[in-house]
Amino acid sequence: MQSKPVILKIIDVLAVILLGVSTYFALVKAPTELVMGNVQRVFYFHIGTAWTALLGFLFASALSIIFLFSKDLKWDRYQVAAIEVSLVFFLITIALGSIWARPAWNTWWTWDPRLTTAAITELVYVAYFMLRQGIDDPDRRARFGAVYALIGGISAPITFFAIRLYRDIHPVVIGAGGNPKAQGGFDMTPDMLTAMFVALIAFTVIFIDLYWNRIRLGNLEDKVEQLKLKVTM
Amino acid sequence: MAVKSSNIASTKNRQQSVVRHQASGNFLKAVSAVVWKDLQAEFRSRELFSAMLVFSLLIILIFNFALELDLKTRQSVTAGVLWATFAFAGTLGLNRSMAIEKDRGCLDGLLLAPVDRSAIYFGKVISNLMFMLIVEIIVLPVYSVLYNTNLFLPGLLMVILLGSIGYVAVGTLLATMSVQTRTRDILLPILLFPIVIPVLLAAVKASDGFLAHAELSEILLPINLLIAYDIIFLAVAFMVFDNIVEE
Repeated sequence: MQSKPVILKIIDVLAVILLGVSTYFALVKAPTELVMGNVQRVFYFHIGTAWTALLGFLFASALSIIFLFSKDLKWDRYQVAAIEVSLVFFLITIALGSIWARPAWNTWWTWDPRLTTAAITELVYVAYFMLRQGIDDPDRRARFGAVYALIGGISAPITFFAIRLYRDIHPVVIGAGGNPKAQGGFDMTPDMLTAMFVALIAFTVIFIDLYWNRIRLGNLEDKVEQLKLKVTM
Repeated sequence: MAVKSSNIASTKNRQQSVVRHQASGNFLKAVSAVVWKDLQAEFRSRELFSAMLVFSLLIILIFNFALELDLKTRQSVTAGVLWATFAFAGTLGLNRSMAIEKDRGCLDGLLLAPVDRSAIYFGKVISNLMFMLIVEIIVLPVYSVLYNTNLFLPGLLMVILLGSIGYVAVGTLLATMSVQTRTRDILLPILLFPIVIPVLLAAVKASDGFLAHAELSEILLPINLLIAYDIIFLAVAFMVFDNIVEE
């Protein structure tokens, strides 16, 4: 068995340090928002996890295409790892958003396009794992998983547009295109922007670290399977 | 010499076009053979169709009591009740339609046939769509009579057609996957519903618009969305279907 690569060990340490730094920036360095108060500090981690999770899902859809062309099980392991880590990150995003929404919107949950799309996306990838669980043949499991992840990835943006037919109150904090019906939006001071970028970088590194570790785990699992087969034969 | 070579080129072209023509003819023949097989099997057993129909009537009955469908509520929820009914009855039909193929080893037979795999997909899509439309055509007048609302608006019928195409396009693909798993009976709705939510949302919105006699400009957006969804997912399913029936 190979030991853990040195770079991965370094990233492990770096991820922990960055998490601490980002927490410091979010909780201490960034100024308190005037209207919403301290609860707004949740925003930095909310953005950090949302960004990485969405990139992870996008990446997984790209891996689907690569797998369906190459049929190399390596890409399947990469995909499972990406979706698994993203699923957890996205759940954190939803939970943090909910904590913020309680004082800002006066409700834990509202059926706004982003929230609803987030919930449905989360369900798509939960279904992805249920599908994989029901299949024993690793080759078929990989093919079905890739097809389903691809379809899920395509349907997510369409879902977002479809729900926009109904309602929209989520604030657009980053970039132009303010929504007049948005509630709880705010302008960021330079310190807040710094805290946000620190959180983005921190969660990107944490994501990469977990992702790499998960791929290693997948590879080891695969090896164990093969050894088991060898023993039974 | 030049004339001769151009002649050869043109004959070659003609041969190619004949081959292509034959291929597309074969494709259509294969699709219609699958559809015909399904319709004939269904015509003899009627198990799928009757189950879907009775099930959808039961759902309407449940909604009647769950939502207290009095005159005022009815106006706002008719489109939602109809689409929820179609969605539930649809999963029943899709599951059964693919399970029959799997259980009787029919799927293997189909896969052995020397035709393009996507022809099998389109054949199943068309036959599933037909079952779904027949059920819808019966449910609509029943609902109209029970609740004294006229549902026979050309716009609404078009929305139902577009919505059903999108639903069946994804549903057939996912049902083919789910019947090949261990947990097949419970898996299809879990796989299907999060993916077809855009169809249901857009269809409900458009149906609502037609039922309320809204301006066409308001209804156009959801209809465009339905058309886009149908095209995108038929194309994607066409491309990936090979991967889910490969042995």
